[in-house]
Amino acid sequence: MKAFTYERAHDPVAAARAVAGRPGARFIAGGTNLLDLMKIEVETPVHLVDVQDLKLDRIEPTDAGGLRIGALVTNTDLATDTRVRRDYGVLSRAIVAGASGQLRNKATTAGNLLQRTRCPYFYDTNMPCNKRKPGSGCAAIGGVSRQLAVIGSSDACIATHPSDMAVAMRVLDATVETIDPAGKTRAIPIADFHRLPGNTPHIDTVLAPGELITAVTLPKPIGGRHVYEKVRDRASYAFALVSVAAVIQPDGTGRVALGGVAHKPWRDEAAEAELPRGAKAVTAKLLAGAKPTHDNAFKLPLAERTLAAAMAEARTA
Amino acid sequence: MPEPVVSRRGVLAGGAATAVVAATPANAARAGNRAAADPAPVKVSLKINGERRDLTLDTRTTLLDTLREHLHLTGTKKGCDHGQCGACTVLVNGLRINSCLSLAVMHDGDDVTTIEGLGTPDTLHPLQAAFVKHDGYQCGYCTPGQICSAVGVLDEIKRGVPSHVQADVAASPAFSNIELRERMSGNICRCGAYSNIAEAIAEVAGEKA
Repeated sequence: MKAFTYERAHDPVAAARAVAGRPGARFIAGGTNLLDLMKIEVETPVHLVDVQDLKLDRIEPTDAGGLRIGALVTNTDLATDTRVRRDYGVLSRAIVAGASGQLRNKATTAGNLLQRTRCPYFYDTNMPCNKRKPGSGCAAIGGVSRQLAVIGSSDACIATHPSDMAVAMRVLDATVETIDPAGKTRAIPIADFHRLPGNTPHIDTVLAPGELITAVTLPKPIGGRHVYEKVRDRASYAFALVSVAAVIQPDGTGRVALGGVAHKPWRDEAAEAELPRGAKAVTAKLLAGAKPTHDNAFKLPLAERTLAAAMAEARTA
Repeated sequence: MPEPVVSRRGVLAGGAATAVVAATPANAARAGNRAAADPAPVKVSLKINGERRDLTLDTRTTLLDTLREHLHLTGTKKGCDHGQCGACTVLVNGLRINSCLSLAVMHDGDDVTTIEGLGTPDTLHPLQAAFVKHDGYQCGYCTPGQICSAVGVLDEIKRGVPSHVQADVAASPAFSNIELRERMSGNICRCGAYSNIAEAIAEVAGEKA
């Protein structure tokens, strides 16, 4: 690990300023992903601004009838909250489908959204990777790509976003609230928060340098059956090959987002309008234009079958 | 003669010219084993197994290395050092975490319980006794992490923390073998003692594995 200096921030604007004012400075919250990457020197911050004392660890009702989830609420606390389990079940289910109990106790809501890809070439500093080292190339294209993206990828990067939680937040139309070093706040729809790789895969999100996530807001509950189906290589503690977050209404309409297939949670409102016609109709639209590799072409039929399973579960749940 | 103070901030702000000065052999020698540009160690106070411990540490020191290398509490094990195996599991403020993926400096003032704090050879914690009785290990390397994790699991079930295998995520969780296996999935046992580990934890939970 490269050496770094460390400070604890005591208010959000001071934290944003501390990061914006120093090239190579980073926020640290739970640290479960950042420290992992610092050990192998994929991440080499020169200064860490610890945000754990910012008092952003509460879940509160909003005036609009939804919930505001503080950026520092742990994954365990979010999944356990009785309001979340009752009204946003897909979110609880997605969170407990990810990581391990130990990691969920430390990982935060904002940190979960900001975690980096688990593409093996991103982790291997001996290999080219445009996300880790812009312009160096992509070893995943033509390499071992079983876990990697089938849609929305580019000639520069076929990484997937690893989060389960973010897929549920996408289906719930969550909003990411931030504050910048000048104290200016903004609300970013989750659909716009993560970027597609294009020619700049090293930039994962639309956040500006020093911009700090303060909360994630959920709109008022939409009812329906909440399902999160995750398919992976072992029964627990593994990243998704394909996952489906779905909220299905009694009339068969609903919302669907896929995880494990792209650089961000994958949802298309026109495709989910096909829900009453079945899983095949939905994935035909949702995954139109997919460009899988030889290794991961199985994800296309797997996505359809996982969605079919999710819809069957919604009917019986 | 007072010596010039070389801080990392100064080196960074001063750019290449200052960096060259900082890297001269005389400056390196003065700094002992530390590179001249390394940041100053920081003071950290932890409550370890009920006892306050004051330390001065490199900012890079993980909670795991603090326990093992600085406090010589070697019960907590280093397996993968990347949060994948669970051998380093300890309880911080009552919650199980991977001590390898946390910096000591992030835990200033925190209350840490390690395997040494759960029980002693003469007065075993019920889970320690149950692991012995049910042969819940072979080589034993993962055992401290398994036991600390199990303490966390039983508390999480009691507090109603849901799991992936619950049919109804809104319902209160109940102890079962499948619940236990899901909740303990962050602890790997290379010897494959899982069935005995499950029996040991089930006995303490007052259930059948």
